[in-house]
Amino acid sequence: MRLTCPLCGSRDRREFTYYGDAVYASRPGPDAPPEAWDAYLHLRDNPAGETRDLWYHEMGCSAWIEVTRDTVTHAVGATRLIAERGGGRASGAGSPAKKKAPSKPRGGRA
Amino acid sequence: MPSLISKSPCEDLLPVEAGGVKLSEYPVDRVSSVAPFAGKERASGAALKAIGLGWPKPGQSISANGARILWTGRGQAFLVGAEPAGLDGLAAITDQSDGWARLRLAGSGAETVLARLVALDLRPGAFPEGSVARTGLGHMMMILRRDGADAFEIMVFRSMAAFAVRELHHAMTACAARVAAG
Repeated sequence: MRLTCPLCGSRDRREFTYYGDAVYASRPGPDAPPEAWDAYLHLRDNPAGETRDLWYHEMGCSAWIEVTRDTVTHAVGATRLIAERGGGRASGAGSPAKKKAPSKPRGGRA
Repeated sequence: MPSLISKSPCEDLLPVEAGGVKLSEYPVDRVSSVAPFAGKERASGAALKAIGLGWPKPGQSISANGARILWTGRGQAFLVGAEPAGLDGLAAITDQSDGWARLRLAGSGAETVLARLVALDLRPGAFPEGSVARTGLGHMMMILRRDGADAFEIMVFRSMAAFAVRELHHAMTACAARVAAG
């Protein structure tokens, strides 16, 4: 399996570390209610179809990457930098967290 | 204050040679991590231009006047062989000189040797001179740069110097044995 790092290009899967659903990169804001934190930590969608995962290019350029994947066809689609997707907090040098994370994360039974 | 002995990372280990491929160590030189502050990316690039370099694109390096700058990640580059002049207030500068072992693998079989440890296409068409990759050397993190038609610069953490030399030397002797066996 190969993943495309938006910076480094196509690389072997062994260079990356998996961090679960990409919602993990969107922490609730500091004022978020406990329910939002509960959902952020514990509740995840289980879609049949497109889902987004969080990967870390650990054995490479250290970028955090959102990978779109289809759970039905197993197709791995687009990748983009977490820093450039907006909505979540940016990570890494040179990109301060300007945008506030949404207080209501995606997913969960609400 | 005890008198400390100044040693390069691979002193007593290099150079080694096998099958026409030579593994040696670059002379110890200044290595600085340059990470431009938010909004100062252009100004940092201009300051680096002033010393003949510039900000490298992902996977690339720029060399001039015996100095070079290597892209090492998002918003980060390593300046080698030059003082990080003119970057005050523009970028976070971290001295990395003692943190890295810088090896040079050279010879007509260098690509074949690296193919045993690196999961990248390193043919000249895919990885031309000046190209940079952050990837793995076996189990180690590495910054790799093509230094010439048959030469590579390999940067690993200084703590990994002996292991990197052993792994590379092992691959070199294995490739040499394969050639010798016809």
